Amino acid sequence: MEFERRDAPFVTPSTDVASIMRQVLYALIPAALAYVWYFGAGFIFNLLIAALFCAAGEAAMLRLRGRPVEPVLGDFSAMVTAVLLAFALPALTPWWVTATAALFGIVVVKHLYGGLGYNLFNPAMAGYVVVLVAFPLDLNLWTAPRMGDLDYHYMTLFETARYTLTGTFPDYLTFDAISRATPLDVVKAGLNSMNTFEEMRSYPMMGDFGGRGWEWIGNFTAIGGAWLLLRNIIRWQIPFGVLAGLLIPAGIFYFADPAVHASPGFYLFSGGTILCAFFIATDPVTAATSPRGRLVYGLGIGFLIYAIRRWGSYADGVAFAVLLMNMAAPAIDYVTRPRIVGHARRSWGRK
Amino acid sequence: MSELILILVGTVLVNNFVLVRFLGLCPFMGVSRNLEAAFGMSLATAFVLTLSSAVSYLLHEYLLVPLQLEYLKTIGFILVIAASVQFTEIMVRRLSPLLDQVLGIFIPLIATNCAVLGVALLNVQQSKGFIQSVFFGFGASMGFALVLVLFAAMRERLDAADVPLPFRGTAIALMTAGIMSLAFMGFSGMARP
Repeated sequence: MEFERRDAPFVTPSTDVASIMRQVLYALIPAALAYVWYFGAGFIFNLLIAALFCAAGEAAMLRLRGRPVEPVLGDFSAMVTAVLLAFALPALTPWWVTATAALFGIVVVKHLYGGLGYNLFNPAMAGYVVVLVAFPLDLNLWTAPRMGDLDYHYMTLFETARYTLTGTFPDYLTFDAISRATPLDVVKAGLNSMNTFEEMRSYPMMGDFGGRGWEWIGNFTAIGGAWLLLRNIIRWQIPFGVLAGLLIPAGIFYFADPAVHASPGFYLFSGGTILCAFFIATDPVTAATSPRGRLVYGLGIGFLIYAIRRWGSYADGVAFAVLLMNMAAPAIDYVTRPRIVGHARRSWGRK
Repeated sequence: MSELILILVGTVLVNNFVLVRFLGLCPFMGVSRNLEAAFGMSLATAFVLTLSSAVSYLLHEYLLVPLQLEYLKTIGFILVIAASVQFTEIMVRRLSPLLDQVLGIFIPLIATNCAVLGVALLNVQQSKGFIQSVFFGFGASMGFALVLVLFAAMRERLDAADVPLPFRGTAIALMTAGIMSLAFMGFSGMARP
């Protein structure tokens, strides 16, 4: 009996860094469009500035280290950092804040550790935390999301660009006139001053679950995340871990006493939860690598997000939680190392 | 009870002795080169710190205060710490040669760990009671242990990294400690009574 013989060409899947990073960028497009719709064109300026400084920082470091510039710059990893940074920053951010975050992330956190594949911390989140600690006022300027009915002030493209480049408002506007507390801020301040969560739920800005605008950005982010899961670019353990680590304690506290704790749905849909679960925590370099380790890593991030949002002084804990678990990732890998077949079980302290 | 838990959370995470108060940096940099040494150092420090914070409380409360010798507290605490380190070393050597092999070289190093003296002085400064002092010391050592073990695991990974030449070794380790400290700022505001 003769079998039919097939020769090349076979279709090989492309799994190089550039194609994976490109798909991550595609997956973020719906979320980016939603973000621009709700918070205005400032996002685009932030993205351009972050991309410019990330690329420049990367090129400068590669040149200084005597490495070839083009192949590394062409792998889009710096662009993913830039996009995540743009998502983390408020839509109205002066350019020097964005530039500081981008340069710190790329130069210090990525390249001083040896570049892509060696960095211990997520560059975008480290850059964001640096500016969050250094420029708290600028990082608090969240505008109201576009809602149609409330006191939404739409800054024109020119006014937005001017604010991004110079940090000044048009004459008829002030910082206080345009900045609004985010839902996370409102709930944290409200719970701390003994208001019940039910009371705050009725504020128009709170939307259905996590605040108007925010929850839709979350939904569109989840579409991209689901696509990445289907394409097998990210594995399920980390997103599942992050969401479970956040929702389980939130659920327990909420059902124990719904008055003084915000609902799990609120924490799920507000702030950067979903972006973190699918795009930030899943960074393959800085996360734990074994399957069990990834689950533990995700659960840790989720729980820390909850703890910081509920008991800490920062409104959103995503960036801190990611950095804290980045710190723990090597130890998690050490502990959850799969047993080599045929070797005895490992006991602590001796090799 | 809840006060003691708050003390633990406060000393382990919120006011971590290494990353927030910047005490005990020498062993943090010195003994973090490999994970097992870090683990051993953490255990030894936990024992000495808890012991010395208890003894230095007793010394202050029942000897220095009645005799109005509070100005001698720094010297007194140093004496207590040195004695408890020596005590630990002798006990470990006699009771468990195995543990002595693992911890032996680290135990004298604890005497120079400024976190130990820091805990004793902070206990007096914040006029804590006996139980609180012991928990404060224990929490401080747990915070030290947590950070030291995580840092050691990170440094083992750093050894394999392609770090630019001028930043190899202690330089990149110090920068890592800086970023860790930045991450620990996320805990600020927690564990307020």
